[in-house]
Amino acid sequence: MTDKRVGMEVSIAAAEAVKLARAEAIAAYPITPQTHIVEHLSELVADGELDAEFVPVESEHSALSVCAGTSAVGARTYTSTSSQGLELMHEILFVVAGMRLPIVMSLANRALSAPLSIWNDHSDVMAARDCGWVQIFTENGQEVFDQTICAFKIAEDPRVLIPTIINLDGFTLSHVVEPLFMASQEMVDQFLPPYNPVYRLHPDKPITMGAFGMPEVYSEAKKSQDIALRDSYAVILEVWGEWGKLTGRNYHPMETYRMEGAKVALLTMGSFGEVAMEAVDRLRDKGIDVGLLKLRLWRPFPFDVIRESMKGLEVLVVLDRAISTGGIGGPVCSEIKAALYQQTKRPKIISFIAGLGGRDLPPEHFEEMVHQALKLKNKKKLEEFYTIGIRG
Amino acid sequence: MAKPIDQFTWKDIPLGCVVVEAGNAHEYKTGDWKSQRPVVDTSKCIKCGVCWVFCPDAAIYKNEEGYFLANLDYCKGCGICARECWTGCIKMVEEEK
Repeated sequence: MTDKRVGMEVSIAAAEAVKLARAEAIAAYPITPQTHIVEHLSELVADGELDAEFVPVESEHSALSVCAGTSAVGARTYTSTSSQGLELMHEILFVVAGMRLPIVMSLANRALSAPLSIWNDHSDVMAARDCGWVQIFTENGQEVFDQTICAFKIAEDPRVLIPTIINLDGFTLSHVVEPLFMASQEMVDQFLPPYNPVYRLHPDKPITMGAFGMPEVYSEAKKSQDIALRDSYAVILEVWGEWGKLTGRNYHPMETYRMEGAKVALLTMGSFGEVAMEAVDRLRDKGIDVGLLKLRLWRPFPFDVIRESMKGLEVLVVLDRAISTGGIGGPVCSEIKAALYQQTKRPKIISFIAGLGGRDLPPEHFEEMVHQALKLKNKKKLEEFYTIGIRG
Repeated sequence: MAKPIDQFTWKDIPLGCVVVEAGNAHEYKTGDWKSQRPVVDTSKCIKCGVCWVFCPDAAIYKNEEGYFLANLDYCKGCGICARECWTGCIKMVEEEK
């Protein structure tokens, strides 16, 4: 089976992936920079190209609440949002995860107000990191397309049944036109069977979903949810493996670039991985043994892969595109530090926060991070985090 | 229910905490929440059933003689029945050990 190469805006590609996945229910509220995804899906439904219920709602809180209902009756369900929209969904994010409803969401990552910003960083998803969803990051349009299709298969697997977020950087991914391979309908149908829920709301067999949990049972319920999210790891690898066999495009929890013999590594998430690759090439040309780690899977957090990736490293430079205000600084870096705390051998870890609210990060900034980190590596006392490109 | 809920291990929790048996709330006896209980003076009761209508917990039942009484396994002692009773035949009394 071959797939067609096209030039397409990444938002449209995400919507086309949802169509190919034969989503049956979509509820979403338009918000920049997610708007084109939802607009295109509403057109596809209105034009009869996608046989789905499209529910236009008055808020994101309602969008995800509608999704909870459609998923509970057994429909393949999709939504998409960004930034403030995710915050307005916050309450329901936890509800659908606890109810194990396999909703798929595209999250066009954008900064949080105030000050109001429509531009890209990772503040939105980091504020929802403990919501219990599978959370995956993408670097380019092809990855958005592929991961959107894979997300349905991961979420709906009877061994998983956990909602899934596909993160794509707002504007830097959502609004750019990229060349990508579209899968055919036959290919996606072969890959992704119809959703077959374990439990569904149906008048013929009454059940209760979302009942309350007394103190005697709440802790057990939370433990079972946590184990389920951790156990989804094996299924995620299986699904990516299957997609790789079908398309030749392989995905891993941690992607690596020029890590052979690297003493220093940069770690990024999302679309800045491609810029960092350029910086790594330049630094390698200057004789610095640097490589790049690109963390794709954020939840479940791939502890073993992270520990494995640190072998041979003297310095790890972590870029965070969100700030834990008044706290440790960068959420990604703090989790990586925590994952390595028990290791006797671990690299010096330098935390950088940059690229907030749409501030561009050219390759020079990544080079600067590596140069600074090499200077800092023998210092006894480090700052919680350093910044790049912030004036003053 | 196969076993009491406080004996469920985390592995026993149904997916998403779904309750698969309909109407099993009656197995959960909530009557021990109350600090007062209704006592009916049947000599004044006219069997009108207004207490049965108002009880928010559906804890009032009709006995064989036609009097309306509270099932103390579920009555939470709110006192609405005593307040609404037309003849004042229901008195709330303190629960004592």
